[in-house]
Amino acid sequence: MPQYPNRQFLDFEQPIKELYEQIDQTKKLAEKNSKIDYSQTIEQLENSVFERRKNITAHLTPWQRVQLSRHPDRPYTMKYIDKMLTNFIEIHGDRNVRDDKAMVGGLGELDGETVMVIGQQKGINTKTRQLRNFGMANPEGYRKALRLMRIAEKFNKPVITLIDTPGAYPGMEAEERGQGEAIARNIYEMIRLRVPIICCIIGEGASGGALGIGVGDRILMMENAWYTVISPENCSTILWRSWEKKEVAAEQLKLTATDMKGFDLVDDIVPEPDGGAHWDYDLSASILKDHIKKALNEVRDLTPERRTQLRIEKFGKMGHWQEIG
Amino acid sequence: MAELNDELSESLSGEESSKEETGGSETKEKWYKRLRKGITTSTSEKREMPEGLWSKCPECHYICTTSELKENLYVCPKCNYHHRIGSEDYFEILFDNKKYTELFDNIQSIDFLGFTDLKPYQKRLDEIHSKTNLKDSMRVAVGDINSIELVVACMDFEFIGGSLGSVMGEKFSRAVDYCIQNKLPFLVISKSGGARMMESAFSLMQLAKTSGKLSQLSDAGLLFISLLTDPTFGGISASFGMLGDFNIAEPGALIGFAGPRVIKETIKKDLPEGFQRSEFLLEHGFLDFIVDRKALKSKLTTLINLIEH
Ligand SMILES: [Zn+2]
Repeated sequence: MPQYPNRQFLDFEQPIKELYEQIDQTKKLAEKNSKIDYSQTIEQLENSVFERRKNITAHLTPWQRVQLSRHPDRPYTMKYIDKMLTNFIEIHGDRNVRDDKAMVGGLGELDGETVMVIGQQKGINTKTRQLRNFGMANPEGYRKALRLMRIAEKFNKPVITLIDTPGAYPGMEAEERGQGEAIARNIYEMIRLRVPIICCIIGEGASGGALGIGVGDRILMMENAWYTVISPENCSTILWRSWEKKEVAAEQLKLTATDMKGFDLVDDIVPEPDGGAHWDYDLSASILKDHIKKALNEVRDLTPERRTQLRIEKFGKMGHWQEIG
Repeated sequence: MAELNDELSESLSGEESSKEETGGSETKEKWYKRLRKGITTSTSEKREMPEGLWSKCPECHYICTTSELKENLYVCPKCNYHHRIGSEDYFEILFDNKKYTELFDNIQSIDFLGFTDLKPYQKRLDEIHSKTNLKDSMRVAVGDINSIELVVACMDFEFIGGSLGSVMGEKFSRAVDYCIQNKLPFLVISKSGGARMMESAFSLMQLAKTSGKLSQLSDAGLLFISLLTDPTFGGISASFGMLGDFNIAEPGALIGFAGPRVIKETIKKDLPEGFQRSEFLLEHGFLDFIVDRKALKSKLTTLINLIEH
């Protein structure tokens, strides 16, 4: 992960930036005055950084959590693949239109077990952000994902999906090629896929674009991820008729991992390092790996028929209504 | 996920705010709204409407009486423009002698999240309940069409933009169960702006819930026909709307995942004529056929007979 001064800070992370600046200055002082021992000061400041990190994640508003889920230094799908899997081979293309760079996937070993991992991928700089289309897949991305799932099914390998998208791409060609149909087909086929599927929302989980690779036996959600039917900005635009109410929309939508676990819409929250996943890629990936393995072990031995039945029941229970009379 | 921003906010607020679009569509919208107000009032009111009320076609400006329009199944006698109609109208058009039994009409929405935007969700629900006879955005009925028994689930755009929430998901699920128990074909008539935002993630999960039920319907070897009408967007097109054994549509209906305005803002270009219309979807391979409202009943009958005999 990037080290200071290449690290990027959100507005509510500014106090940490100031601590880093102080550490920087103290180190410079230490270089100049070799006679004075600054090590204790530096150690204290570094401890303060830890304290601050802990403090920040303990008191985040829903909107701040949305911001954290989009942190420019946050690890994306390929980072987790790199840290969690060995012998990874990326698989490209939907065999029809092209290779959608916003959706990645491939085979690799998770502590010795072959798995198929699929996820949306965001870029890390201006050039790759465009290449990855900001993690917004086209229909061919969803169809590529389904093709990979079929391979996993044929060779009896579990599927792991890592969800991180601001939504499916709302473009003209996406409509021509059936964005709705592609997502619908994936949802339908994921219900019926004969092998285990573990899904985890690692960042942004927006709408059908997220659910298009989000149906499985267990749904996990990282501590600072969000998941709901629409982004807070778009919700604000439609319901409040103004872009300005995104913070309120984020609150009203109850989109945090704690909310989602409370509603039984996700099965497990994956904790992140203090301050968020971007502070420690290795630790984030190892916690995620543990949770995925645990989830996988819970559902591994089901028969395909039972698995489908349980998925139908799982999603069938979701919703609240009243019956009159 | 409710992709039709303008239309949805319009149907949300129930206010008469005029659409702020520029160009030729403005007059069209006004006329259209006036007409729609006329034709979406509850059935009892509709019967009391004076015979002489005029309506003007938003496409060709042809003027006829509303009773003449109704006689013609709300299709413009001159240019074949299909006006938007609700569940009551579709049930009357499809079922023999307008006879049918409504199912699961006791299921109603609740404000589980305590969601408040410009208005509390509960207040929105109360207001629509007091203004219309509708209980939610989907009604399910069973009856005969040309003596074939069929379950029809139909959306009402008037009810929060026909939005997909927990109630629609549950009614859809029970309709599927009913079809399986009674070995009946299933027709869903869609007309929706997308998912119901006030139910947040619960509304999103209805995509998976309904798709799961369709999986059971398919395993039972039963027929599912998805009829898409103007407009069908977002969560509907990303779930059961596109999962029919046959996906069919009325002529000229706007159908898509993302709404036209969102796409326009994204690509910063004007959209071509006919974009996201039924004919466009047919051309791109996402519809099996387009059916005129006046031919709907007979064509459905033929199709079901072909499958079942
Ligand atoms: Zn006309």
